[in-house]
Amino acid sequence: MATNVRTESEATNLTLPATSEEAIGLRDRPIILRLVSIALFAGIWEIAGRIPVSFAFPTFSDTIAAFFGLIADGSMPAAYLSTLQPLVLGVLLSTFLGVGIGIVCGLSRAGEWLLIPVFIVLQAAPVAAFIPLVTFVYGIGMTAKTIAVMILALPVIVLNTYKAVRNVNESLLVMCRSFLGTRWQTITRIILPDASPVIFAGLRLGVAAGFVGVVLAELLITPTGIGDLITFHRSRADYAEMYATIASIIALSTLTLVFLQWIEVRVFRPEKRGA
Amino acid sequence: MAVTALREKQSAVHTSVEAIVEVKGICKSYGNVEALRDIDLDFPRGKLTSLLGPSGCGKTTLLKIIAGLIGASAGSVTVDGKHVSGPGPERAFVFQDFALMPWATVLRNVAFGLELRGTGKTEREETARRYIAQVGLSGFEDKYPHELSGGMRQRVGLARALSVDAEVLLLDEPFSAVDEQNRRKFQEDLIRLRSKQNKTFIFVTHSIEEAVYISDRIVLLSPRPGRVSQVIEPDINRSGDPDRIHRDQHYLDTVEEIWQGLKQYVE
Ligand SMILES: Nc1ncnc2c1ncn2[C@@H]1O[C@H](COP(=O)(O)OP(=O)(O)O)[C@@H](O)[C@H]1O
Ligand SMILES: [Mg+2]
Repeated sequence: MATNVRTESEATNLTLPATSEEAIGLRDRPIILRLVSIALFAGIWEIAGRIPVSFAFPTFSDTIAAFFGLIADGSMPAAYLSTLQPLVLGVLLSTFLGVGIGIVCGLSRAGEWLLIPVFIVLQAAPVAAFIPLVTFVYGIGMTAKTIAVMILALPVIVLNTYKAVRNVNESLLVMCRSFLGTRWQTITRIILPDASPVIFAGLRLGVAAGFVGVVLAELLITPTGIGDLITFHRSRADYAEMYATIASIIALSTLTLVFLQWIEVRVFRPEKRGA
Repeated sequence: MAVTALREKQSAVHTSVEAIVEVKGICKSYGNVEALRDIDLDFPRGKLTSLLGPSGCGKTTLLKIIAGLIGASAGSVTVDGKHVSGPGPERAFVFQDFALMPWATVLRNVAFGLELRGTGKTEREETARRYIAQVGLSGFEDKYPHELSGGMRQRVGLARALSVDAEVLLLDEPFSAVDEQNRRKFQEDLIRLRSKQNKTFIFVTHSIEEAVYISDRIVLLSPRPGRVSQVIEPDINRSGDPDRIHRDQHYLDTVEEIWQGLKQYVE
């Protein structure tokens, strides 16, 4: 067919083999780098613990041993069971509610006018101070912890989603309209994928804040779960156990954030998989 | 003068071909900027008409009014006798900045118009593959836009517009973000593609050479406010080798004439 002509000059612009080789090289290196930095971190911790910088500062090896001890005696799994329930619930509610509210505010003037100032104030305020207030209303159970998670996680998720929706690529909106896209199609097929990088950045911050919220709630109001495990071992001066607990929740939070990033690339922005 | 001769010939041709798009008394102001004043135009079915003029003269505005993407301040547009009040299935747009979804493959981008219409996946992908082949992008179906050159991206934009099978294609400076060599290749391909499709093209450009090279009719717009200053029908035989057109005496004369006419608007 006469029209089936691919221009040579355009085809050569596409240096795919070279790019993907380079991408593999670059993708391998961060893993090695990450391992090196973890090893370095563990080494410095070990040395600092041996000096010791403080009598309350255990070595890395003691902390690891304490970690396995806490798993073996069942106290850490039990603590996580208690902490993860409100955390997962609070994070999931914040995600759906936060993205939903953010989209509504991004799309409607009324929603923006009504809700955005509230979330800006909430984000700016030291909301951790509200956590003790939560107990007055909701007691010290699961509800109070879930609310504590949401107080910290929701504002950043709402505000990021709202900003992302406000700054959606105008020319893609016009394109969708010109090809007869409905309002709903525009939201699900253009606005959401276009906004997803910023929404996910908000989710990562929100999830991290949710971890802060649940631990704060357990330290401040409801002595259960991980917060209680930390308090308990501090009161007994079992510093290795205390640090093991703290390190475990940091590691869990980090893993959750990595998982979120994986979902984003996998589901919403497949073109970034190689990048 | 040669131009008047052309105009007379144009009116003769004009009556023989039915107009698919009719623009009547279109005016458009943005606040107190008057972009278009009293535009009356007919676009004959199956022809490629270019809107040519210096930048800022309202070409994009007129094309978007025809597309139903923006409303006019006065006047009306009809397509096949039906009044235009928004985008419609009989018109498809090719965007100056391509407007491709970066998260979607070439295949999904091309099939997107059909996806929005609810066409089944197998059917729309089959149609999309056919048009991807027609614009010369076979083998690139699973690539993402960022992996393509500018020229290839605009081929995706063209294939998307072709695959919804609209009668009227509206192209807003489709080659302006494409480099010179690819632009020329693309222009040749467009001429070939047109000979196979019985579609009406409305093509915006600011390049005189491009307009004369590909158009059956050229509408010259004058700036501030945009008005129709002249309609030209270059009588160029495009059936043979497209490369030959660049050396055609009539092509060169027409380019020169238009330039003489437009010169007054350029400082
Ligand atoms: N959205 C807008 N708001 C205000 N003025 C506009 C807008 N779009 C275009 N204009 C003005 O209208 C005139 C015509 O613009 P446009 O149709 O884009 O011209 P062209 O496509 O021929 O370069 C210009 O003076 C431009 O500044
Ligand atoms: Mg323009």
